[in-house]
Amino acid sequence: MQKNNNNNGFSMILFDQVSKRYKGGNEALSKVNFHLHPGEMAFLTGHSGAGKSTLLKLIALIERASTGNVIVGGKNLNKVSKHTLPYLRRNMGIIFQDYQLLYDRTVFDNVALPLIISGFSSREVKKRVHAALDKVSLLRFEKKYPVTLSGGEQQRVSIARAVVNKPALLLADEPTGNLDHDLSREIMDLFMAFNQVGVTVLIATHDIPLIKQLDKRIIQLNHGRLNHAQQGHDPLITAGDES
Amino acid sequence: MTQINVSEVSSVQLRQLKPRFSSRFKEFFVRHLQVFFYSLGLLSRAPFATLMTASALGIALALPAGLYVILDHASQLSGDINSINQISLFMKKGISEKSIQQIQKKLEAYPEIAQVKHVNREAALQEFQDNSGFGEALKALNDNPLPDLLIVSPSMTHNDPQQINILLNDLKTIKQVDLVQLDIQWLQRLYAILHIGQRGVLIIGSLLALGVLLIVGNTIRLAIENRRSEIVVMKLIGATDSFIRRPFLYTGFWYGLLGSLIAILLVNISLIIINDPLAHLSSLYESNLFSLKLMGIKISATLLLSGCLLGLMGARIAVGKHLKEIEPK
Repeated sequence: MQKNNNNNGFSMILFDQVSKRYKGGNEALSKVNFHLHPGEMAFLTGHSGAGKSTLLKLIALIERASTGNVIVGGKNLNKVSKHTLPYLRRNMGIIFQDYQLLYDRTVFDNVALPLIISGFSSREVKKRVHAALDKVSLLRFEKKYPVTLSGGEQQRVSIARAVVNKPALLLADEPTGNLDHDLSREIMDLFMAFNQVGVTVLIATHDIPLIKQLDKRIIQLNHGRLNHAQQGHDPLITAGDES
Repeated sequence: MTQINVSEVSSVQLRQLKPRFSSRFKEFFVRHLQVFFYSLGLLSRAPFATLMTASALGIALALPAGLYVILDHASQLSGDINSINQISLFMKKGISEKSIQQIQKKLEAYPEIAQVKHVNREAALQEFQDNSGFGEALKALNDNPLPDLLIVSPSMTHNDPQQINILLNDLKTIKQVDLVQLDIQWLQRLYAILHIGQRGVLIIGSLLALGVLLIVGNTIRLAIENRRSEIVVMKLIGATDSFIRRPFLYTGFWYGLLGSLIAILLVNISLIIINDPLAHLSSLYESNLFSLKLMGIKISATLLLSGCLLGLMGARIAVGKHLKEIEPK
């Protein structure tokens, strides 16, 4: 992996003067600078339309930056071709508000999908899917179809699917948006648990009361710009602190 | 500021999740086999829709295949090319056996002539009595009405129409010869008709092959549309284009295979239906030449292969065009 500047090695995610302008002129992100250490966990907050989803989409390569560099795991995403993009995504677990499960397949098959895509043997698939389902306490549901599960359970299935590949990075876009407080807390605890074993986690949410209980770094977006930092550990987040 | 050493840095860089080559090679087959049956499973889940599409393909493939089979029979009927260019020399009456043999020897020495066959007039009468159906009537004749006959086959190097014409005029100058007849005209006409027929099959075949491509393409397009959300999810979790493409290509392959099997069935059923009345007609001519055989292995295999290829191609075109449009948003 090439190094694009001397900051790469220190960051799982590095945004360098990143702007994103959609067709039609509205600027979703403007000159955003921030970085996330390997193994760090952070929340991305802000009002609706502040650019949270856009920021996550840039990391997941669903969108590309209009200007500036997004560097993930040492790779400058501007230089990732369409051909290598899938291999990059296999290192990220992505979790959505609406779960994005396949409803004509069992829980097991849903969770197994990333492994099958990566070409694991069926024995390995079985082992890893069971481990992932066990982590989200859904092993007993492996033969069920997602429709028969509650919202919280479906979100746990999607988390199992996101972590089954043992990705270095977890991204979540409003993962608790459809869940009540207790279930939301349960989901957040899961993310904390994965973070504790070294996974870098970035979660977009506007559930401020919940994340205030969790003592993690908070990155705030306001009309596409990065606000001041609110976190306990690392002051490395305000705009312009990259040198 | 936290210090992170180099080994830690490399360990957090994103892994390349491409498995090693040996395991990839094995997995390649396993995965293709899985998709092979998975796509068949998908089709069997909607048997009626599958059968409708496959039947449309079958009919489209059966038409040119059936025409081809009939043409093939017609060309076999007309005999092999060598027999087209046979020249019959009818000898004048009263020529001795000996002088006929001399002429035969002389002709055989020509470089333009490959073979000269003598049909003795007695033998010819016997054969005619046996085969023509006029046996009884011929017995009523006192005298053998048939002349001696020399059948001249031009050599392969001298069988184009112009050279044959020169040879023909040459042969006419032999004074013991009564009549020189070239058995070529009706065959030439038949061949001309068959040639038109072959062109017709080519045109109809090409058009219907295009039809098969369009039918499969459209079916696959609908299948892609139906699985849009699934494709989005697949792309999000890192599926390569070829991985997403694969089940659709196999689906196209299955349609092609089913379609050509149905086509083979249709053609053979049609042949069986036609065969009886045709055999009857043939018997009225006291001939058993015109009995249709079922589709040969070679034609069936060709049909199967082209059906599968057309199915694959149709799917590939549709997939190439429509998968690009589906991206996560």
